[in-house]
Amino acid sequence: MRPLGRPEPKLKSDPAPSRMKYRMQRWWLTPSIRVLLRFGLPLVLIVTGSLAFLADEGRRAAVEQAAGDLRAALAERPEFRVDLMAIDGASADLDRVIRNTLDLALPVSSFDLDLEDIRATVDALPAVETVGVRVRPGGVLQIDVSERIGVVLWRSADGLKLLDDTGMALARVDYRVAHPDLPLMAGQGADLAVGEALALLAAAQPLEKRLRGLVRVGGRRWDVVLDRGQRIQLPETGYVGALERVLALDAARELLDRDVTVVDMRLADRPTLRLAEAAVDELQRIRTLNGTKR
Amino acid sequence: MNDLYQTQRAMRQMRRQALQRGVIAILDVGSSKIACLVLRFDGSARTRADAEIGALAGQSGFRVVGAATTRSRGVHFGEVTAMQETERAIRTALQAAQKMAEVRVDHVIACFSGARPKSYGLDAQVELQDQMVTEHEIARVLAACDVPDYGDRREVLHAQPVNFALDNRSGLNDPRGQMGQTLAVDMHMLTVDDVAIQNLVHCIKRCDLELAGIASSAYASGISTLVEDEQELGAACIDLGGGSSSISIFMKKHMIYADTVRMGGEHVTSDISMGLGIPAANAERIKTFYGGVQATGMDDRDMIEIGGQTGDWEHDRRTVSRAELIGIMRPRVEEILEEVRTCLDAAGFDHLPSQQIVLTGGGSQIPGLDGLASRILGQQVRLGRPLRVHGLPQAATGPGFSGVVGLSLFAAHPQDEWWDFDMPLDSQSGRSLKRAVRWFKDNW
Repeated sequence: MRPLGRPEPKLKSDPAPSRMKYRMQRWWLTPSIRVLLRFGLPLVLIVTGSLAFLADEGRRAAVEQAAGDLRAALAERPEFRVDLMAIDGASADLDRVIRNTLDLALPVSSFDLDLEDIRATVDALPAVETVGVRVRPGGVLQIDVSERIGVVLWRSADGLKLLDDTGMALARVDYRVAHPDLPLMAGQGADLAVGEALALLAAAQPLEKRLRGLVRVGGRRWDVVLDRGQRIQLPETGYVGALERVLALDAARELLDRDVTVVDMRLADRPTLRLAEAAVDELQRIRTLNGTKR
Repeated sequence: MNDLYQTQRAMRQMRRQALQRGVIAILDVGSSKIACLVLRFDGSARTRADAEIGALAGQSGFRVVGAATTRSRGVHFGEVTAMQETERAIRTALQAAQKMAEVRVDHVIACFSGARPKSYGLDAQVELQDQMVTEHEIARVLAACDVPDYGDRREVLHAQPVNFALDNRSGLNDPRGQMGQTLAVDMHMLTVDDVAIQNLVHCIKRCDLELAGIASSAYASGISTLVEDEQELGAACIDLGGGSSSISIFMKKHMIYADTVRMGGEHVTSDISMGLGIPAANAERIKTFYGGVQATGMDDRDMIEIGGQTGDWEHDRRTVSRAELIGIMRPRVEEILEEVRTCLDAAGFDHLPSQQIVLTGGGSQIPGLDGLASRILGQQVRLGRPLRVHGLPQAATGPGFSGVVGLSLFAAHPQDEWWDFDMPLDSQSGRSLKRAVRWFKDNW
């Protein structure tokens, strides 16, 4: 039984789409249109929306302000604060130099620290060989330095300099007595052959008391200078061997204790001695006495 | 004749374009329903374009991505009788299929069953010019067929070379490249009323679609329902549709005869409607739920509420026994099958080596039909369902969809027709400029 008085629910008599609707649907289904709607339209909306929003100067400033505030609020959290600077592996002097050079106003946020910049600054110091910089948990800026150690003094036309074992000049030295324990070198190009000098110095250990220094001659070979104006001239190659021969002679015959000014070892098969003038006279006198004068 | 040749070639061109785009719609305009499939072709079909037959009988190339059916309106006996209504129904089906496929379809291949198809067998014989069969020679022998006077308002729907004979060797499928003296061809030509085609073409044009091909639904059902050996040995496919029942006879994988009986399931429905005095919708429902053609004793006690919408309580609560319903349906079904028998006899079906008959279409779902059909048509009757194709929804695998499935197979691998061969030059009169252009195209 159908209830009376109530209109019958209107059934759609024709399921067919209207011509307009059909065309519309076909238009929507066109591949290019679909791609355009799926990617193009959102893109255009986002771009135009953001452009319209940023067109106003005040809003742009507000956005920048908000971003800056947010960053500052984040950076100022105690988790990101750096309170201390710890320098490991540096001597007291270098420590002071590094602290003065960096000149950090601690405490500072770790966002404001440019670790790469700090590393480059410290690395540029002459006394620093390698450096590692990091922010350690607990708000500590940790700088690990391996310091160059001065091993030899070099007297050149520029003055007295402290060199490490690679020949790198670490510092200018005003007085020789500032480093009485370090050996002395002289001569042009000596800083390029610090390795050779160190080998010679090691070999010249028995002469330590009498050793004054090394002289680089012509940028290619070494002279060992002893006190009393004595000089051992060494060849370009095999210089350590030559020095050891002299030392052996000295040990056997007390060569260097005698009145010899120059021991010339430059030609390995013809070592030559130069006697002092008085010694030459004395030698001739003795030979005359013996009757061996030619 | 030239005119038809050009339009068919244009449709073939359209089909090629559609395959390049990869999407094509298949439309079966029937009397009771309009079915639409959207096919997507992937690359595999095109790579095999030169091969004789692709893998899986050419099915591997396409996939059904959209399917829709709608109740047909304005189509009677498989012919368009109300343009507006038909157009709206086509639009409904297409819109739903496009929506499912999520792609816009521009090309459509359509089939219809009515329009009084008439089969002609043509033959011709020519002397070969240089003893070797080339495409040109085939075109020449096809053009040499003397076309009978098939009437004024008729149009050729199919013209397929069925058999080639070279000298005394017959039964050649593809004589290209073979040597011989004389080439003979048998051609099957199917003509239909041109008004029906024009109406359908107009409806499709009004839906903003390009027609990429048109086929007889008898042919399409035969392609999808007959299995390969049946097509080879000879079989008839009977598509019991809504408004008409179409018959196609296949032999050596070619259709050699097609006809239509202008009776179908709708006539059964209207018989029930008249006999019981109920609305057609009720009659259709009762037919599909309780219909049958073989009464048993049980059916006398099986009472069916037939309903009604008059508002008279007594009238609307009537019941009939199932036996009565069968008594109404059976004479009409018998009549249809006897008409089919007449058509088959006229075609000389009983002279074929194999007498296989396959029933398909929505009407073939009547319970007990195969028993009745084997009494009338002969012993070798079976019920056929369409071939399975990729992506076809379960709802569209029934026998009622054999036409649309066959048409999608046809779309993927169309049979060579007359217009697939270039018209020989001597039958084109006075187009020297065109010939010169063609010569350049062929040689450069």
